[in-house]
Formats: sequence, structure tokens, C-alpha cells
Amino acid sequence: MRYLTFFILGLVFWLLLTFRISLPNVIVGSAASLICTLIFARYFFENTGKLINPRRWFWFLVYLAVFIWSCIKANFDVAYRVLHPRMPIKPGIVKVRTTLKSEFARMLLANSITMTPGTLTVDIIGDDFYIHWIFIRSQDPEIYTRMITGVFEKYIKNFVE
Amino acid sequence: MAAIIVISIGVLFNLFGCIGLLRLPDVYNRLQAATKCVTLGCCSILLGVFLHNGISAAGIKAIIAIPLLFFSATVAAHALVRGTYHFGVKMSDRSIKDDYKDAVK
Repeated sequence: MRYLTFFILGLVFWLLLTFRISLPNVIVGSAASLICTLIFARYFFENTGKLINPRRWFWFLVYLAVFIWSCIKANFDVAYRVLHPRMPIKPGIVKVRTTLKSEFARMLLANSITMTPGTLTVDIIGDDFYIHWIFIRSQDPEIYTRMITGVFEKYIKNFVE
Repeated sequence: MAAIIVISIGVLFNLFGCIGLLRLPDVYNRLQAATKCVTLGCCSILLGVFLHNGISAAGIKAIIAIPLLFFSATVAAHALVRGTYHFGVKMSDRSIKDDYKDAVK
């Protein structure tokens, strides 16, 4: 099941990328996505039935909206710090604990953190995320955990786990 | 018209990213500017290309490139910053906290 989903997704991706529906193109696309399936499908989600659950798609769209908004905010934040004459930065690496379990969810959370204002994921060891923060606002682990992961963690939990 | 505005915004953010790359003190902070500004800048440019071309071969390719750029940029930033730390590059004097030091001893 996992292999089939991956194959179909790969073929759709190929067709969108080449944007031409003709027999030779579909044959080459099938061959390419078959090779990719054989190599990479074992890293795909465990449970592909989740992909057709509408409730998950709803939370995914909410997550996407929040994510794009925080991306735009991140850009203005960086632009402000860079253009300010005295450069208001207070950098450091902080440790943040996550409650997400699956690897895909953690990957999404790490990528989201990288795109949010002033934070950059350095490493994941066990349950801990190590995050480079350009302006450390608080020294209290509880407060900064909520500030960094709180927003995304609950949405990702809703649509992945 | 909308395409030109979106592309201009993208170029402007790319410029901010480059200024950040020159001004910020150490490699970690520079990567922050490089990842965020340059990724969203390039995404705006791609969105502008899509608005300019509409739903055609070039427009669809530009739209598909956006999520790919997002994932590759974040993963590349993560790999770079981790590699830099393990290589032993010091953080700047203005840093006030380093939890990672204990974890990788």
C-alpha cells in the first residue's frame, strides 16, 4: 500500500513537472517513479490511510496558513535585526523538549522551527531539539519551549498523529 | 502588474538576506538571515513567475518549485549549522547560552 501511494504521487509529480500528457512521457515517468519507489518508499509514512482523512486535511490547511504567516513575520524580524544600526541580537543555543513521537512529525516540526522568527534547528537528540535562537527572550525553559514549539506542535499533532 | 510587485518584494528580501550575511557576527546568525530571507525571497520570485505565466508549463513548474525549495533550504541550513558546530567553529562573543555543548561532548 505504501509503495503504491508513493508510486502514484511520484507519477503525478512527474506529469505536473513535464506538463505534457503523451504516451512516451507517461512511460518514462512510470519508470522514473518506479525506481524512486524501490529506493525511497521504505522511508515513507507507515499508515497511508491517513492521507484520505478530511479532518487531517483541514488541520493541514490551518497549519499551512499559520506557517506562511509566521514565515512572513520571520522575514520582517530578520530584516529589522539586520538593518538596525546596533543589531539587537542576543544569540545562543537552547534545548527544547518535544512530545511528538513519529519521525515525520518531528521533521515537520524541525522545518517549521527553522522558518519561524529567529530560530534555527541545530540537532535532534532523543526527545530534545537544540535550537539556535538569534534573540533569547527568556531564560526559563518552560516559557521558551512554549514560545518556540507551542504554536506548531498542536497543529502537527492534529494532522500527523 | 501583480507579478511585478511580488517579484520586487522577493528581490528586496533577497537583498536583506545578503546584507544580513555581511553584517551579522558569526556563521550561525548568518545562516539565520540566509535561510529565512533568501527562501521567502526566492518563493516570492517564483510566485511572481507563476502570476506572470498563469497556468502553463512554466507557471506550474514555478509553483512546484516552492515546496521543494522550502524543504531543501531548511534541511540544508540544518545540515550546515550542525556540521559547523561539530567542526568546532566558535559562537560569537555576544552569545549568552549554549546548551548544545553538553550534549555533544
